[in-house]
Amino acid sequence: MEFCCCKEKLKEPVNIVDNMIQDLEAQAKYIQENFSEAKVVEPINYGNLIIYVTSENIVNFLKFLRDDQNLSFKVLLDVFGADMIGVRNPRFEVIYNLLSLKLNNRITVKVALNEGEEVQTASTVFESAGWFEREAFDMYGIVFKGHTDLRRILTDYGFEGHPLRKDFPLTGYKEVRYDEDQKRVVYEPVKLMQEFRNFDFEMPWNGTKYVLPGDEKTTKS
Amino acid sequence: MSNLSPLNQDLLLNQVNDEINNRGFVVAKLDSLVNWARTGSLWPMTFGLACCAVEMMQTAASRYDLDRFGLIFRPSPRQSDVMIVAGTLTNKMAPALRKVYDQMAEPRYVISMGSCANGGGYYHYSYSVVRGCDRIVPVDVYVPGCPPTAEALLYGVLLLQRKIKRTGKYSR
Repeated sequence: MEFCCCKEKLKEPVNIVDNMIQDLEAQAKYIQENFSEAKVVEPINYGNLIIYVTSENIVNFLKFLRDDQNLSFKVLLDVFGADMIGVRNPRFEVIYNLLSLKLNNRITVKVALNEGEEVQTASTVFESAGWFEREAFDMYGIVFKGHTDLRRILTDYGFEGHPLRKDFPLTGYKEVRYDEDQKRVVYEPVKLMQEFRNFDFEMPWNGTKYVLPGDEKTTKS
Repeated sequence: MSNLSPLNQDLLLNQVNDEINNRGFVVAKLDSLVNWARTGSLWPMTFGLACCAVEMMQTAASRYDLDRFGLIFRPSPRQSDVMIVAGTLTNKMAPALRKVYDQMAEPRYVISMGSCANGGGYYHYSYSVVRGCDRIVPVDVYVPGCPPTAEALLYGVLLLQRKIKRTGKYSR
């Protein structure tokens, strides 16, 4: 044991690493033991824990992750939506990313929702959820119950529809133009000056499934 | 720049100087005089919308130095002569852009900078982007590029000066 200049015995450093659940498997086990409604996605890939909970349990689960002394996921990094139409049922997912500074680890919490289903707001647990939820509402139309100010955040004033839904057309429904007679910017139905072009980014040397323009000259049939 | 170029300010100043030394007065067309003054003090509105704005800052900074052409960025549309639309114009921004343009005093000019401002560019098919800022304000000079280089924007400014020299009229 070393002594410092004042000849007092230095305190033995507490080995905090041993007390932490660094291993993801152990972390998943710990979470499931203490919160039975949580469903961990197996296997754990890319060093990232993904946990599904139902919309009724999300607030309690976030509270548990934040307040549990062994986990303390105290930072809400992000809340966003996803539209899995044709891939998964239910269609929508709300995804919460949390960070624990104590464990130096991140966690992903997901809530699956059908169209028209609502989820309780997380802004009572994490203040920062307010604007994230507004964005998810704006882009996907997911309603967060109990949110104090659920307005659109990014799209235009008076915008209709939710643009990141897969069934929303890319060009939308309205376009703007300045009207010389009315002396203001007016909204009109979309009229494309040029047909929509579908660009193909397939690399030709990887082998395309069609004949590239000009290539038909080289193949003698 | 050749000696015959209409933008050669030294040539003009030397001519004026010579005439004053010889005769004590100088005769000029009012239009030319006013155009000369206008092209020499084109104050742009600071209107950066996206990444093009960074290239616009480069044009204004020490290497290309817009100041030497009399271009000084103004923070108010009421003090500006030209608006450089630098970047993607979204639907939400369109009424604000028009409002700024309306607040500028006549004569006013617009330089559309970059693909997005020219015709929507990368976001041409987007639900939230105006397909060209000429749908909102009349444009004098289009500068292509994504983003245009500082030289390209500078060339656009010189073209605008040339346009004013050619078509500018003094009216009250």
